[in-house]
Amino acid sequence: MGLAATIFSGFLLAILAPFLHRLLRGKTGWVFALLPLAIAIYLAGFHREVRAGEALRAAYEWVPTLGIRLSFYLDGLSLLFALLISGIGALVLIYAGGYLHGHAQLGRFYSYILMFMASMLGVVLADNLLALFIFWELTSLSSYLLIGFNHEKEDSRSAALQALLITGGGGLALLAGIILLGSVGGSYEISALANADGVIREHPLYLPALLLFLLGAFTKSAQAPFHFWLPGAMAAPTPVSAYLHSATMVKAGVYLLARMNPILGGSAEWHYLVTLAGAATMLIGALLALPQTDLKRLLAYSTVSALGILVLLLGIGTAEAAKAAMVFLVVHSLYKGSLFMMAGAVDHETGTRDVQSLGGLVKIMPVTALAAGLAALSMTGFPPLLGFIGKELIYEAKLQAPTAAPLILGIGVIANIINVTVAAIVGIRPFVGDKRATPRKPHEAPLSLWLGPLTMAAAGLLLGLFPGLIANSLVSPAIQAIRAEEIVLKLKLWHGLNFVLLLSVFTVLAGIALFFARNFFRRLAGRAQGLSFLTPSVWYQKGLDGLMGFARAQTRLLQNGYLRYYLLTIFLATMLLVFFKLVLPPGWQSLEKFAVARYYEIGLGVAMLLAALVALFSRSRLTAAIALGVIGYGVAVIFVFYGAPDLAITQILIETLSVILFVLVVYHLPAFNRLSGSRSRLRDALVALLFGGMMSALVLKATNLQLHPTISGYFAENSLSLAHGRNVVNVILVDFRALDTLGEITVLAVAAVGVFALLKLKLK
Amino acid sequence: MELLLAIVIGGLYAAAIYSLLRRSIVKLVIGLILLGHATNLLIFTAGGLTRARPPIVAEGALALTPPYADPLPQALILTAIVISFGVVAFTLVLVKRAYKTVGTEDLDDMRGTDR
Repeated sequence: MGLAATIFSGFLLAILAPFLHRLLRGKTGWVFALLPLAIAIYLAGFHREVRAGEALRAAYEWVPTLGIRLSFYLDGLSLLFALLISGIGALVLIYAGGYLHGHAQLGRFYSYILMFMASMLGVVLADNLLALFIFWELTSLSSYLLIGFNHEKEDSRSAALQALLITGGGGLALLAGIILLGSVGGSYEISALANADGVIREHPLYLPALLLFLLGAFTKSAQAPFHFWLPGAMAAPTPVSAYLHSATMVKAGVYLLARMNPILGGSAEWHYLVTLAGAATMLIGALLALPQTDLKRLLAYSTVSALGILVLLLGIGTAEAAKAAMVFLVVHSLYKGSLFMMAGAVDHETGTRDVQSLGGLVKIMPVTALAAGLAALSMTGFPPLLGFIGKELIYEAKLQAPTAAPLILGIGVIANIINVTVAAIVGIRPFVGDKRATPRKPHEAPLSLWLGPLTMAAAGLLLGLFPGLIANSLVSPAIQAIRAEEIVLKLKLWHGLNFVLLLSVFTVLAGIALFFARNFFRRLAGRAQGLSFLTPSVWYQKGLDGLMGFARAQTRLLQNGYLRYYLLTIFLATMLLVFFKLVLPPGWQSLEKFAVARYYEIGLGVAMLLAALVALFSRSRLTAAIALGVIGYGVAVIFVFYGAPDLAITQILIETLSVILFVLVVYHLPAFNRLSGSRSRLRDALVALLFGGMMSALVLKATNLQLHPTISGYFAENSLSLAHGRNVVNVILVDFRALDTLGEITVLAVAAVGVFALLKLKLK
Repeated sequence: MELLLAIVIGGLYAAAIYSLLRRSIVKLVIGLILLGHATNLLIFTAGGLTRARPPIVAEGALALTPPYADPLPQALILTAIVISFGVVAFTLVLVKRAYKTVGTEDLDDMRGTDR
């Protein structure tokens, strides 16, 4: 009950948010922050049970026939993520209140961001994979709404669409993967699948399922070559960037990889694919970050790099790597969320995010500067911050990687050097040196804007000094969930003078050197602009343009606005489909079995066909009406011959009405003109004759094909005894199938209303 | 007889389709009427033909005694006749109204109006 409440309370508040915001005004953020705070405290209360290996469960049937259950469980991994989501969520809600203060659509913003928070909690708490998928897509959807929050701007809209198409597309791949995995493992419950892993990895569908899962995880976590949506998503207001696009949503892919590790992991395919994607993303993100000058874009690319590190660690797959991944997850969420919020505060106060026009802010914004400095130090991996421990563990894990350890370590060192430089550019550079002219005269940010970054940065320091606070209560149960084995974790600052420490020192020194040489690399990147056709975002744009072009072309072709071409398409398609049905099933009866036609019947048939020709080719409207009458009465006579007196009576009545109506209306219309050319007449005649011939063949085939036993016997038996009527046709209409007749009457009534309205309608 | 009816039905379908593919709006209505007739006959014939044995329980009998004409297709066709009348009536009035409003009987000229 409690677990579901943690998720659905968020959705409920999201619905109420716009209304509550009208009452609470400036205090909304502070009040709303109480919910995630309560959730965090509630969930943290379970850490003892979780550590003891007792997962907390709750399950509700949703669509039992499809195996969709709303089942949740809380283990170490879920708890770690859920605490990050709710804890940072509380800070972000407060921050957003200050950042978007006075914004006309702030109520809507709270609604979206709470919806995101609830969905994200759903992702990490779900046990059922299909429920996970639904929450997963809900996070993509709320991310779309939040990126496009400034919807008047073209950039925001296209960035939102780009993020949605990529993460949503990946989500569809994930759904396919889930269904494959469900069919292989016999269950959609993660906890059940984890017990049947041997079977899954041996199964021929393992590889397709794995690839689909990876596609889902890589798109969500912005792995190369899908990384480009994340910098684009910086069009969102900064609280969103801090929350969704650095601390939580982009980690959903990492969560999925960690969660699926006991089920899908451990194979060579997993190891190579995940390692490769992670290593490539780590390097690409870092290289692309270096030439940026916009604070948020710098942070976005370094986030891509950090996500690459996390994925790489999960790909390496050793116990060391899992340990490093979980510690770095916490480290990164804290410093990156803090830096993003700091960047937003600086932007808010100075009116610019360009590092080249910022400087000397430490005197004006000391608290913000303190938060930025602490977070940046954690990002560089400076002792005694938690970032230092994280980086040591990462180097350790890379050093012990089972394959290509030197290569992975080499790339990792390069990426980390650049990250040190980025940390210095973002977290230190704006605050030191000379003051520079900014669009707005800067002041210290208000409490709501510095509380979040300072809290997170301080947490980085506190946990660095006392890593024991989370080591065994939070991090090791999470690792246990990934590795499915008992782990005792000792986190400490000082590991002794060893190779890894030397690497750390080298990284920081090289990063500082690179910081001073950054302008050289910026110029170098400027020269590489010509290579931009190589980037995936260009492929994305080309693909999107191509898709739109195709859509337009096929719309022009199919939705051409000519009724007769629509009809022609329908007729040709029908002929094609019926043709197979005519040819494939056997059962052509010899013609002798048919009753012989009597001479007056032949006369009737010939008369009807002649009348049809007259109706088609007569130039006189009255003649055409008479010809139609002949055909209609001819049909009635056929009904008379073959035991259908009711039909005959109805047909004669209706036909009379139809002809009268036809004459009355056509009298107001112009005489027939030859509108089509001879060629199209010939083409239409050909299609018509082919269709007619096909229908003739269909009649002959249908008369001796009994696909289902007839149900007429029931009506014949029971008409008198049950419904007290001798005329079986009438009994069917008014008794056995009375509801159908009611429908028919309704149709007639609707038609009558339509006719009446059209006749009375007075148009200007 | 089935052969004859098959030819009549095929002929009616051919006429209906040729008429539906014309540009004149009145021909469209003629096509619709012919299509209704052809389809009713198709259902009737496909259900099996029984000469002169209407599905009416005789005086004194408790149920129909075979052979009798199948009542089910008849019930379907009875509904279809009435519905196609509704469709034709509505179409006729719509056609008249459209002609009055747009001022042309050529369907190709009418396609500009929904752009």
